[in-house]
Amino acid sequence: MEEPSKKEELCPNLLDLIPKDIECVFNIDGDKQRSHGSSDEKKLELRLSPPGDDHRWSTIHNPKIQRDESLPSLWYHYSTTQSNFSNQHQQKQQPPPPKFSFLQYQKGPAVAMESSQPCSRRMVDLRNAEKKAFAINPANNTAAANSSQKRAAAAAPPVVGWPPIRSFRKNIASSCSLGKSSLGPQCTITSEIANGKPGKNLRKGLLVKINMEAVPIGRKIDLNAYDNYERLSAAIDELFRGLLAAQRDSSAGGNKEKPEEKTVITGLCDGSGEYTLVYEDHEGDRMLVGDVPWHMFVPNVKRLRVLKTSKLFTLNLDVVKVRSRVGLYDPLKIFSVGGLLTGDVSLFQKILAALITGAIAITIANPTDLVKV
Amino acid sequence: MNKVVSPKSTAKSIVMRNTFPEEVLEHVLSFIDSHSDRNSVSLVCKAWHETDRWCRRRLFIGNCYSVSPAIVIRRFRDIRSLAIKGKPHFADYNWVPEGWGAHAYPWIAALAEAYPALEELRLKRMVVSDEALELIGKKFQNFRVLVLCCCEGFSTDGLAYIAANCRNLRVLDLFECEVDDMGGNWIGHFPDSYTSLESLNVSCINSELRFSALERLLCRCPNMKALRVNCTVPLDKLAILLEKAPRLMDLGTGLFMTELRPEVYKRLAVAFSRCKEIRSLSGLWDVAPSYLPVVYPICPMLTSLNLSYATIRCPDLIKLLTHCQNLQRLWVLDFIEDRGLEVLAASCKDLQELRVFPSEPYNQEPNISLTEQGLVSVAVGCPKLQSVLYFCRQMTNAALFTIARNRPNLTRFRLCLIEPRSADWQTHGPLDDGFGAIVEHCKDLKRLSLSGLISDTVFEYIGTHAKKLEMLSLAFSGGSDLGLHYVLSGCESLRKLEIRDCPFGDRALVLNAAKLETMRSLWMSSCRVSYRACKLLGQKMPRLNVEVIDERGPPESRSDECPVENLYIYRTVAGPRLDSPGFVWTVNENWAMRSPSL
Repeated sequence: MEEPSKKEELCPNLLDLIPKDIECVFNIDGDKQRSHGSSDEKKLELRLSPPGDDHRWSTIHNPKIQRDESLPSLWYHYSTTQSNFSNQHQQKQQPPPPKFSFLQYQKGPAVAMESSQPCSRRMVDLRNAEKKAFAINPANNTAAANSSQKRAAAAAPPVVGWPPIRSFRKNIASSCSLGKSSLGPQCTITSEIANGKPGKNLRKGLLVKINMEAVPIGRKIDLNAYDNYERLSAAIDELFRGLLAAQRDSSAGGNKEKPEEKTVITGLCDGSGEYTLVYEDHEGDRMLVGDVPWHMFVPNVKRLRVLKTSKLFTLNLDVVKVRSRVGLYDPLKIFSVGGLLTGDVSLFQKILAALITGAIAITIANPTDLVKV
Repeated sequence: MNKVVSPKSTAKSIVMRNTFPEEVLEHVLSFIDSHSDRNSVSLVCKAWHETDRWCRRRLFIGNCYSVSPAIVIRRFRDIRSLAIKGKPHFADYNWVPEGWGAHAYPWIAALAEAYPALEELRLKRMVVSDEALELIGKKFQNFRVLVLCCCEGFSTDGLAYIAANCRNLRVLDLFECEVDDMGGNWIGHFPDSYTSLESLNVSCINSELRFSALERLLCRCPNMKALRVNCTVPLDKLAILLEKAPRLMDLGTGLFMTELRPEVYKRLAVAFSRCKEIRSLSGLWDVAPSYLPVVYPICPMLTSLNLSYATIRCPDLIKLLTHCQNLQRLWVLDFIEDRGLEVLAASCKDLQELRVFPSEPYNQEPNISLTEQGLVSVAVGCPKLQSVLYFCRQMTNAALFTIARNRPNLTRFRLCLIEPRSADWQTHGPLDDGFGAIVEHCKDLKRLSLSGLISDTVFEYIGTHAKKLEMLSLAFSGGSDLGLHYVLSGCESLRKLEIRDCPFGDRALVLNAAKLETMRSLWMSSCRVSYRACKLLGQKMPRLNVEVIDERGPPESRSDECPVENLYIYRTVAGPRLDSPGFVWTVNENWAMRSPSL
């Protein structure tokens, strides 16, 4: 069809691998529409040959594996009937790689060729073929390779969930760093045991649930894998960044091919960002994260929530109410007495002052409550 | 069967057919233990199929969703021992979203009705609720063995129920489970008349075990062979337990640290020296090196040693290992360093399995000298080494060559480089040739995990040479679909393939769709498989469940070209599952027929 001519000369190399056994053509409605010539639509076409008359690719499937020989292997080939045929390049037939949480990596073929290991001519041809036939963005390969090489050389940001260790073992890492400095009879672990309180949190993977506003599915995060608020903040950012961007996309109602730029979630613990981290302790109280030292925070946290800082005001309103009530009470009491502070203020005046300060407080803090019926 | 071959053999064959009693066949078949052999037996002929139906007692189900309880019950009449695996392996590292499934309750409820004589249940990576445990205690009168491996969802209340109601319980083994602590004294629920316990493994429980109840339990159970306590049992009390159960073969200690007191030390030393049958030692949380010599008397007989929680440094480790000449399995932290592994290679010539775990996986610059040289020395020095799991920070192709050439008998090789995509630090190239050498020389390799800088070349090697490979784990590897294609088309024995963060897309998957029916499961997360390909697979392969696991919302709400977050494909005769949570969509014919506007 619109294949570049390069593919023609590469076919023989790849064909070396393909035993010419099972051939069948398997079309679904994509073919019909193609014959109608409708354009600007991506079609799914199931064929055992690539588009074009002269190329016959039999299945690459190894017949030895095939238990049921009547079941055809499937080869499908994205074909597009966009009107700009002349611009058909190999990579345009593939969907552009969306930027999601995994790191895009195109380094393989480029680096392999730089390797000092000897490789057969066929392998070189194969890599060429592979590069052009299968690779998604061959033009960007080298550029990506260089940049990703540099990236790998520099201190890469930790990948979420790597290395693959069970949560039991993650603990050993954190308790080891504790134990390293205090290996000996007077270590904190022994004293805890002696007090009858086993070092629970040191052993268990301290997984707490964390929910983010507007994200329906919660996650779990292991607090023992971090030892300060900054690392926790970074990990939460990693966890939710992709999800948040996806939520924005879907709520914007777009079937966007290219998702929006993911914004970094910062300032979770100091109130400066768009989101703030809040935790619930075992008594059910909600508190801002970051106020207490880390080692006091970890044993008390039951659950984490990431809320929008603007919405946090509704939580803080109670605080405002209390503060304004308390703060305003005395001055109002004095005002109602009329500036004369002779003797005790009467009960009636105290009650009046209290009522007025309460009314002022609720008007400032939560005016919607007043209009509620 | 009914065809008569010739007149002469007619009479003979009729006689054979009519007089060959089923009881004899059943008796013969009872000697065949292996699950795959029994499966083959049932395919020989209808008579054997039927015989197997009646006399099969032990069953293994590798994927709980590949078959439904009803189908199992219809097929086998009287199962006594059942093993079921649930979640995919990547769930161990929390890479499968929580709530995915693998609930044990529906299975146990069905089994309770059909197999009241069930004696053994082994569940791995399943969600077992307290209600399920209660059902076990209530319904199975002769229940003996409960092994929960990497399970979750239950609490000490469920365990209390089991303790109180399973009169014949022999084995209670909770291996690396997540148990919620409800307080209370669950171990005290074993009745006073209960004496049949043989194996108790509660090392994963974080809450305190009431020591007095544990002690009493040991006193009245004379057949105790295996005891693994948790980290709350202090060292000074360990001697008491050992004195109560001197014939232990498998011991898991609690905390191995306390103030150095001569009387405690002496009592422990005497207790250990009396336990002449201990073959396996584990636990050893937070070891005080001064107490370590108490275990030296049992070291020469040890075949299995699990130091993966032990904060013992290299010098003490070396001293310990020099005593363990008969060691076959060692799990240790990277504190052992290269020099420790050299000593291991020199002392433990019977070593078959080595696992080295990282003590500080998130620390970029740890002060631990563990490199590829350690693994090379063990591979060269231990002729029986078969199984390796090794976490380290650097590797070279040359080291892998050496390992491959010296240890062609490797069956499991799992290498995890802590930094993703780490290159060969000598050549700065990929580790393709090294891993290629591994698969080429180790003809019996069954399990392989790759890490480091990997391009598609290695997959060609794997496809060409790894004919007995059953399980392959990939992360951050490969360059294109060709890699996946090589693996799927070349590895004949492949049963489980799990992939994360690799640039594998639709083509290889769809091209090798038929291969997926010969495998147990395929897991792909953060790859480039589009929803369109998933729909195609679901439509064309009715005996596969193609599960799209995506926490971003319904895949229909995004473009068909959009890659799915997680993809789990497994073969099944039970059809799409009925208990999918909100973020799992099973693609099947009905889905693919939906109009695109939905």
